[in-house]
Amino acid sequence: MSDSFDQISQQLKRRHRKSARLKWLSMGALGLAGLFLLWFFTDMLIKGLPAFQQAYVETEISYSEEASTDARQAIDSDLIPIVSRTEIRSIPRLLRNEPDLIGSSETLWLLANSQVDQYLKGQRNKLSDEEIATVDRLVESGQVTQKFNSTFFTQGDSKTAESAGILSAVVGTIMTMIVTLAIAFPIGVMTAIYLEEFAPDNRFTQLIEININNLAAIPSILFGLLGLAIFINFFGVPRSSPLVGGMTLALMTLPVIIISTRTALRSVPESIRHAAFGLGCSRWQVVKDHVLPLAMPGIMTGSIIGLAQAMGETAPLIIVGMVAFIPDVGASFTEAATVMPAQVFTWASEPEKAFVEKTAGGILLLLTILISLNASAVILRKKFERRW
Amino acid sequence: MNRILKTTVIAAAVMSVAGVAQARDQINIVGSSTVYPFASFVTEEFGATTNYPTPVIESTGSGGGLRLFCNGVGDDTPDITNASRRMKVSEFERCEENGVTDITEAKIGSDGIVMGQSTDNDSADFTLEQIFMAVAAQVPVDGELVDNPYTNWSEIDSSLPDREISIYGPPSTSGTRDAFEELVMETVSEEMDVYGGEGYMTVRDDGPYIDAGENDNLIVQRLSEDTEAFGIFGYSFLVENTDTIQGASIGGVEPEAEAISSGDYPVARSLWFYVKNQHADAVPPMYEYVDMFMEEQMISDSGYLADIGLIPLPEAERAEWRESVADRTSMTVDVLK
Repeated sequence: MSDSFDQISQQLKRRHRKSARLKWLSMGALGLAGLFLLWFFTDMLIKGLPAFQQAYVETEISYSEEASTDARQAIDSDLIPIVSRTEIRSIPRLLRNEPDLIGSSETLWLLANSQVDQYLKGQRNKLSDEEIATVDRLVESGQVTQKFNSTFFTQGDSKTAESAGILSAVVGTIMTMIVTLAIAFPIGVMTAIYLEEFAPDNRFTQLIEININNLAAIPSILFGLLGLAIFINFFGVPRSSPLVGGMTLALMTLPVIIISTRTALRSVPESIRHAAFGLGCSRWQVVKDHVLPLAMPGIMTGSIIGLAQAMGETAPLIIVGMVAFIPDVGASFTEAATVMPAQVFTWASEPEKAFVEKTAGGILLLLTILISLNASAVILRKKFERRW
Repeated sequence: MNRILKTTVIAAAVMSVAGVAQARDQINIVGSSTVYPFASFVTEEFGATTNYPTPVIESTGSGGGLRLFCNGVGDDTPDITNASRRMKVSEFERCEENGVTDITEAKIGSDGIVMGQSTDNDSADFTLEQIFMAVAAQVPVDGELVDNPYTNWSEIDSSLPDREISIYGPPSTSGTRDAFEELVMETVSEEMDVYGGEGYMTVRDDGPYIDAGENDNLIVQRLSEDTEAFGIFGYSFLVENTDTIQGASIGGVEPEAEAISSGDYPVARSLWFYVKNQHADAVPPMYEYVDMFMEEQMISDSGYLADIGLIPLPEAERAEWRESVADRTSMTVDVLK
């Protein structure tokens, strides 16, 4: 075996080459993923940032007698094609409800309509030459300008692009998430405690365990169908409501919470339990006073991740009717509502060009919330994590 | 443990709210996804200009809407349903059977479906039959039904451009697809003996017809990249994208508002809504909403709905329908026959 050394050194070279190749491949994969992410974010930022700026017009509103029947009488006739109709259409109602206002006037910054806004942003628009001249004149005199778009955050959806906002969807999301958490968290944690601390290890509990793991992998749209069949058709929960949406998403979040809670419980060392038993604690006392508090950071992390997942979900909500047009900001768990990803979905299918930036703006907001949720999960874990 | 107890109590409280019946100064509307953008514009306007809450409107499709509407009279049935076709006699009869006997019909305008392509191309003109030949799964060749052999427009007719057939269209779940199948495929195939006088509405799935998803914006975007292709989508998307997309004329008629409204452009349909008069007392704002919908400022040529793509009716017809709605005319089965 005189050549054995050569053989070995050749083999070694081959192995080194192989591991170098693997390293480059995996770095390439990471680079590619990063590139796609960068591309997506840049595209969203370029399209979405303009959504946070909107054209406004400084307008004098005179609450005259005529304005209580025809809203357009309330503003200068030059401004009628420029000011958004959504700003003045409610003047007659205002004057009907508060007749004392008649005769007074005030100057406000009103939303300009989306054509003016698109013109100022250099996009395609349908303004006539005459209207463009008026806008140019008003921009010069400072009467028309782009400002921070507070409407986007303070109003619900609208069919008129300039006054479409995301607030009703944000409130809908919050209400839906309250319902989801209120159902999925206690049930999930209790299930995990039972399975981990009380249940005997037999065929039956193994079957349950397999099923729970299986549930976590089920396509989310199936939960929507389940929600439709059981909650709406059988129990008569109102369609499109945060209640039914939250219950449906709770089904989806349950397995995530159960699995992460079990992992958290399992990571609490046996010695803690033994010590507590040794002091004469009952099983329930052991769990309640010792195991659960120690496992809480892990449980919270899992729940936040489950919640973030539910928040970005649209498919099951389409089935239970939550992709709806909701101009009013909701106040009740049983009235129709929509959620943020559903709102993005609705805007993406609007024909008007001005909705493109709304869509991207909605995505940016949703991403920001999701990133902060996931970051808080990581921080929680880092801060409270214990090594035994 | 307090936390868990608290959340359980909240959950229980939330569940119990679900049982409480809803107050009804809120109108319930269902129906067509084509009428949906127009109707939701009016509901928003109604919510903003009156003291009533914004009506709830759900897009269920025309057939689904009429089914719910005809389920009976009472709080759990809708007050108004929108439709992108006229009510069928069978649906009217089902309504009658279930006690919905007093319905007012309203026609609000039209909607067209266009064959669009990139403005980079020369303009195109098709007949309905040529379009059918390009999209049907089975077509007659020498009097016999065979799997669609055409892959190039010029094979269908030598007058057509020498371009590969590639059509981006809506998937089978879409209302636009339903209308396309009905207005183009059914109309053409009923005239052909090979199909035995029945409508043939199966779209080919061997490549040239490409399901492009529910979102018409995506079809429009694809067309500006894939300039060889055609796309099938709603008229309002053509209006918003005239800088990149042009509509093909059909039978020599350009897809323009006037031609669609008069019926000269063949791939057009009328839009309707139906009002349950028996709910008038229980739902006070119902007629106020209906009258607002029929106002000139909504459905005329210069109305708000025209801005978002509704094709208005001719003026005389508008006036006629407005009056009929204002009189709360109760429809009879005769008008549907």
